[in-house]
Amino acid sequence: MPVLTYIDAISRGMWEEMERDPAVFLIGEDIGAYGGAFKATKGFQEHFGPERVIDSVLSEAAIIGAATGAALAGMRPIAEMQFADFVTCAFNQLVTNASKIYYRWGIPVPMVVRLPSGGYIHGGPYHSASTEAWFAHVPGLKVVAPSTPSDAKGLIKAAVRDNNPVMFFEFKYLYRRVKGEVTDGDITVPIGKGDVKREGGDVTIITYGSTVHFSLEASEIISKEDGIETKVVDLRTLLPLDRDLIIDAVRATGRALVVHEDTLTGGVGGEVAALIAEHAFQYLDAPVKRVGALDAPVPFAPTLEAAHLPDTARIVQALRDLIRY
Amino acid sequence: MTLSRTVNTAAPEQKKGQEGKLSNPDRLELYYYMRLARECDDAILRLYRQGKVVGGAYTGNGNEATAVGSAYALEKHDYLFPMHRDLGAHLVKGESVRNIFLQQLARGNSLTRGRDGTGHYADPSLHIYGNVSHLGAMIPMAVGVALALKMRKEDSVVMNYIGDGGSNVGEFHEGLNMAAVMQLPFILIIENNQFAYSTPIRRQFAAQKLSDRASGYGIPGVTIDGTSVSLVYETCMKAVDRARRGGGPTLIESVTMRMHGHSASDDASYVPEGMIEEWRKKDPIDRLEKILLADHLLTGEAQKKIEERIRAEVDDAVAFATGSAYPPGEDAGKGVYAP
Repeated sequence: MPVLTYIDAISRGMWEEMERDPAVFLIGEDIGAYGGAFKATKGFQEHFGPERVIDSVLSEAAIIGAATGAALAGMRPIAEMQFADFVTCAFNQLVTNASKIYYRWGIPVPMVVRLPSGGYIHGGPYHSASTEAWFAHVPGLKVVAPSTPSDAKGLIKAAVRDNNPVMFFEFKYLYRRVKGEVTDGDITVPIGKGDVKREGGDVTIITYGSTVHFSLEASEIISKEDGIETKVVDLRTLLPLDRDLIIDAVRATGRALVVHEDTLTGGVGGEVAALIAEHAFQYLDAPVKRVGALDAPVPFAPTLEAAHLPDTARIVQALRDLIRY
Repeated sequence: MTLSRTVNTAAPEQKKGQEGKLSNPDRLELYYYMRLARECDDAILRLYRQGKVVGGAYTGNGNEATAVGSAYALEKHDYLFPMHRDLGAHLVKGESVRNIFLQQLARGNSLTRGRDGTGHYADPSLHIYGNVSHLGAMIPMAVGVALALKMRKEDSVVMNYIGDGGSNVGEFHEGLNMAAVMQLPFILIIENNQFAYSTPIRRQFAAQKLSDRASGYGIPGVTIDGTSVSLVYETCMKAVDRARRGGGPTLIESVTMRMHGHSASDDASYVPEGMIEEWRKKDPIDRLEKILLADHLLTGEAQKKIEERIRAEVDDAVAFATGSAYPPGEDAGKGVYAP
C-alpha cells in the first residue's frame, strides 16, 4: 500500500471521485490554477478543466449557495472554504438552505464542504478556529472529522457519495505531519462509524481529529510509566455520533476521558459526556473528564497558543487524575 | 441586446395594438391567471379569518401583474424561484390550486407533507423551488441551479424574485455578482412594493432606483411599472432571451404596491393616508380588464366563463384541502436525512 500524507490522501480521494462521476465538481477560492491555499487541488484544473474545477469569486455565501443549488439540480459539488474560520460567512446558506431541504422538500442535496480546520499553526484567531460544534447542532447536516490519511480518503469518498450535505473537517496540523498507508483505489469509510485506534482495558479516550494523535502519544506514555492501558475511540463522524461505540467502550473500561481541540463549553465533548451519563452511568468508576481548548479565541503568539490548545501533557495529566479518582 | 435603463414607473395605459408579442388568447390567459391568483389569496384570507389557516397568510394583492407576467415569459423547462407575493407565478408555472391550499392548511398530503407552509414548497416536476423566510438566501442557491445548467449546457434559465427589503442583504450581492462574473442564465426580479413589513423604501435604500445596482455588477438593469402585465412580460422576455443565449443575468425592478399588510395580522396602519387609494387606480387586474374590454376580447360571456372556472377551481381546492388530514405527529423526526 502506498504511504500518503493526510492532505494527499484527501486529494487522492477527490481525484478518484471526479474520475468516477462526471457530476462531481469543485468550487472554491484559488483552487484552480493556483491549486488551493494548501495545494489540496494542485493539478486538478489542468486535468479536469476549468468548468469542473471552478475558481470562484471571493464570496463564501455564494460558493455554498451555488453548491447547494447545483446539488439541487443533480450535481455533486465539493466546495472548499479556504479556512474553516471563513464558513461563518456562509452560515446562513448551510443552516437555512442546505440542511433543511431534504426534510422540507424530499430532494437530496449531495454536497461536500471542505473545511481546513484548527490550530497549532500560529494562525491566530481567524485562521485557527475549530468550528465543527456549530454544525454538529444542525439536523440535516453530517459532520465528519478524520484523523488519519486512510480515514481521510475513505471519508472524503463516502462524503461525495452521500446524498446529504457533509461538512468535511480536515486538520491543517495533520496535513503534512501525518503519513500513513492508504489503500489504492475504491475504499470508503462509513459516515456515522467511529473507530478504535488503540485497544486497552483501563480508560476510554473519546476524541477526533488532531487530538487523536496527542491521545495516542499520551496513551504510550501512560502505558510505559504507569502501566495503564487506554482504549482510544476516534469518533471520525461527529453528526451522527456512533453512540453504540462510545457507550460500549465506556461500559467496558469504567472510565472515560473526552478530548478535543475545540473549546469545551458547548463542544461536541459535552454531547459525548451526556450520552455516557445517560447510558453508562452505572458502569462509571469516576466522573467523565474532558480536555479541550480554553474558552477563548485561538491566540496568535506561540506561548499563548500553546497554553490555549490541548496537548499530550494535559491528556497524560487528565488520565492520571481519572485513574486516581 | 441591452435592455433600456429608462425609468418607466408611469407607463401609459396599454392601448389596442401596443401589447407586443402577446396574442389575444395569451392576454386572456394572463387575465385568467391574475384573477385566479387574487381569488386564491382572497380565499386564503377568508380561511385565515375562520381560523383554518396554520400560521400566517401573505397575499400578493397588487403584485399579480409582476408575478404572472414574469413567469409567463418562462418555458416549462425553466426554473422558478419565487417569493411569497408570487402566487400567480406558481400558477402560471403549472402548480395546482389544490396543492396551494394544502400547503396553506399544513396537510399531510401537501407537497411538503406539512413540514413547511405557504409557498415554501418545491415541485421539481414543474421546476418550482419556493422561498425560505430569509428571502435573500434564495439568491445564491438559485444562482447555483443556473451554474449547473450552464455546466451541463442546458437551454434553461432561472428566474428568481426578491423584495425591496430582501434586496439589502449580503446574499443579494454575493449571488448576483457570482452570476454576473460567470455569465449565468439568471434573471433577478426585485418586487419593489414600497414596504418591507412596516419599513418604507426610503429607509431601505438610498439609490434612486434599485436597478441602478445592476451597473455595479456589469449587467443590464431596468425599472418598470409592475402593474402592467404586458410590460412585465415583454421586459422579462428580453431578459430570458438574453440569458438563454448566454448573455448572462439581468436585474429587473418591478414597481408595485403591497395593497395588504405584510401578513393578515398586520393592519398596515403605517401606510400614509391615500397611498392605497392612489395605487388602487392602477390595480393590475383592472388595468388589463379595461384593455381587454376595449379590445372586445372580454365579452360578458367570456368573463363569466373565466369567473366560473376560477370559482370552481378554488372551491374544489378549499374543499379538498379542508377535507385532508394533518400529517401524523410521529412523522416529525423522520426524513431528516436522504438515504
